[in-house]
Amino acid sequence: MSNQAGIRWGDSVLFALVVLRRYRFRTGMMLLAMTLAVGSVIAFTALGEGARGFVRNEFASMGTNLLVAMPGRKETTGGGGPPPATGTAARDITLADVKALRERLRGADIISPLMAGKIEVSANSRARDVMILGTDAGYFTVRNLQVLNGEILPAIDLELAQPVCVIGSKVRDELFGNQQAVGEWLRMGDRRFRIIGVLAGKADASGFDLSDGVLVPVASTQMLFNRQGLFRVIVQPRPHYNLDKLRDEMLAAFRELHQGEEDVTVVKPDSMLQTFDQIFGALTLAVGAIAAISLLVAGVLVMNLTWISVSQRTKEIGLLKALGASHTQVRRLFLLESVLLCAAGAVCGVLVGELLVLLGRLLWPTVPFAAPAWAVVFSVLVALFSGLLFAWLPASRAARQQPVDALAGRTT
Amino acid sequence: MISLRGITRQFTLGDEIVRALDGVDLDIAAGEYISVMGPSGSGKSTLLNMIGLLDTPDAGSYTLAGTETVGLPEEARARLRAVRIGFVFQAYHLIPRLTARENIELPMVLAGMAPQERRRRCDDILQRLNLVERAGHLPQQLSGGQRQRVAIGRAVVMKPEILLADEPTGNLDSRSGREVMALLEELNASGITLLMVTHDTVLGARARRQIVFGDGRIVSDTLAAPA
Repeated sequence: MSNQAGIRWGDSVLFALVVLRRYRFRTGMMLLAMTLAVGSVIAFTALGEGARGFVRNEFASMGTNLLVAMPGRKETTGGGGPPPATGTAARDITLADVKALRERLRGADIISPLMAGKIEVSANSRARDVMILGTDAGYFTVRNLQVLNGEILPAIDLELAQPVCVIGSKVRDELFGNQQAVGEWLRMGDRRFRIIGVLAGKADASGFDLSDGVLVPVASTQMLFNRQGLFRVIVQPRPHYNLDKLRDEMLAAFRELHQGEEDVTVVKPDSMLQTFDQIFGALTLAVGAIAAISLLVAGVLVMNLTWISVSQRTKEIGLLKALGASHTQVRRLFLLESVLLCAAGAVCGVLVGELLVLLGRLLWPTVPFAAPAWAVVFSVLVALFSGLLFAWLPASRAARQQPVDALAGRTT
Repeated sequence: MISLRGITRQFTLGDEIVRALDGVDLDIAAGEYISVMGPSGSGKSTLLNMIGLLDTPDAGSYTLAGTETVGLPEEARARLRAVRIGFVFQAYHLIPRLTARENIELPMVLAGMAPQERRRRCDDILQRLNLVERAGHLPQQLSGGQRQRVAIGRAVVMKPEILLADEPTGNLDSRSGREVMALLEELNASGITLLMVTHDTVLGARARRQIVFGDGRIVSDTLAAPA
C-alpha cells in the first residue's frame, strides 16, 4: 500500500498539541509574549481612537456644515487649521458687509453676525460678569438653540438696536433664582434690556458656555461696546450647496466689498475637524506602530524557542525521517506548533486588549475608546505571520537534518 | 530485491579519510534472514543506514525493489522508507510523550492513513506483541523489553518488505533479548526480510546468512545450514 497523501492536517494539529502540552514552559512563554504584543496593539490603538473620537465630538458641538468668516488674513486659507488668534485686521467686517453678503450669496441660507464681549450685568441688585453675544435670530437656527420660556431674538433689521435679550439658564439662576425672569429688565453698562427668553440647557457654542451668557441684537452690542467691527460671521449654506464653492464666492464678495483687499479669513470648521481627525489618526497609527514593536520582539522569542525545541528534539527528527517523514513534513510539524501557539496568543491578546478597552470606557465614559478593526486584524495577522516567518529558519534546519546524524543526537 | 553495486561511503575525520564502505556489492532476496557482524567501525552500521535509505552513497548504485535509489529526490526516498523499510534501533527511539499505541501509530499517521485503519492495525499489532494492557503507557513506564517490542511493532505496522535491526538486543538483559529475537525471527518466518547488525557472534550465528564486515568490505558471506 502506498499513501501519497502524507500526514493529515488533523493529525498534525494533534501531534503539535501534544508537544505544546509537554513543553509547558516554552508554550507559556510564547503564549504570554504574543498575548502582550497583540493586547498592547489593541489597547494603544483604542487609546488613540478614543482621543480622536473625543476631539471629534468636541468639534461636532461647534457645528458642522458651516462657514465662519473672521477679520484678518491668514496665509494658508486653503486647508483649515486654527484661525488667527486675534483680529488685528486692517479693516473690520461691518454690518453693511453682512447685509451685502445676504444680497449676493445665493448659496447661503443664513448669514449671522457675531460680536462678543464681557460686561457686568445686574438685576435684582445682584451683579455678574457675563459674556455678551451680539447676533440675530438666524444664529438660533444655526446653533440649534432652544429657549426654555419666552422667545428668541426678534428677526429685525441688523442696524436696529432693540433693548431686548435672551439670557442663559445659569445667568437666570444667579440673578433671579426661582423667580420669573422673562419680562424683567437687565442692566448692562448704562443701558437696560428687557429679558425676552431663557436658553435651554447647557447651550454650548464654539467653546462658549452660553448658559453663562447673554444674547442681544448685534446693533445693541455695538452700542454697548462702542465698536463697529464684527467678531465673526457665521454662514449656513442652503441644503446640498457646495461649501467650498460658497466659500470662494464669499471670499470674492469680501474682496469686492473691501476694495480688492483680501483681509478676511473664511474657515470650514468641518475641515478643521478633518485636520484634527488626521492628526489623531496619525497618532493612533504611531502608538499602534510602537506597540507593534512588541510583536516583533515576540517574533524573535518564537524564533529562539523554536531553535531550542529543534535542538532538544534532534533524535525525534531523525526518527520521524526514518519512519518516512519527508523534509516538508518535518518542517510543517514545527511550523504548525509555532503557528498554533501564535494563534492562541493572538486570541488571548484580543481578549485582553478588548478587556482593557472596556475598562477604559468604564473609567472614562466620555472618551469613546475602541480598537479599530484594522488594528485587530493587523495584529492577529502579524502574530500568525511572525509565527510562520520566525519559525521558518529553525524549522527548516530541523527538516534538513541528516537522519543518521539526528538519530545519533548530532545536529548537522 | 536489494542490489548494491560498488557502494562507497567515506567520512573525513580531521585530515584522515575513512572509507566506511569501500565498494560493497551485495544482493539480498526477499525473505532472507541475514546477520551482519564485524568489529566497531567496520562499516556495518553504515551499510544498514545505506540500505535503509538514511544515508546516501558517494559512489555506486543501489536498487530497491526495481527502483534505482541513488539520485532520487529526498521526498521519494522518504516515501520508500515509509512503506518498504522498518527500523529497529538499539536505543528504541520511542517518542517519550506518546503512549505505546501512539508510537506504533506514528508511521501510519505520517503516511496519512485513515484513523479506522490505523486503529485496526494497532490493535492487531498490540495483540501480537502481547502489549494490549500496556497500550496506554508512556515509554518511561515500560520495561526495556517492552519498549523494544513497541519499537518493533512500530517498524512493521506499515507492513514493510525489509526489517533493519541495529543491535536490537544491545540494551536488553538476556531474557528480554531472547524474547525480542524470537519476535524478530517470527516476523521473518512470516515473510519479512530481516537484516540484523550485531557484534554478538552467538546472536549472529542464528541467521541463515551471515556476513562479516571488516574495513568497509565484506570479509565473508556464508549460508548456514538450517539449525
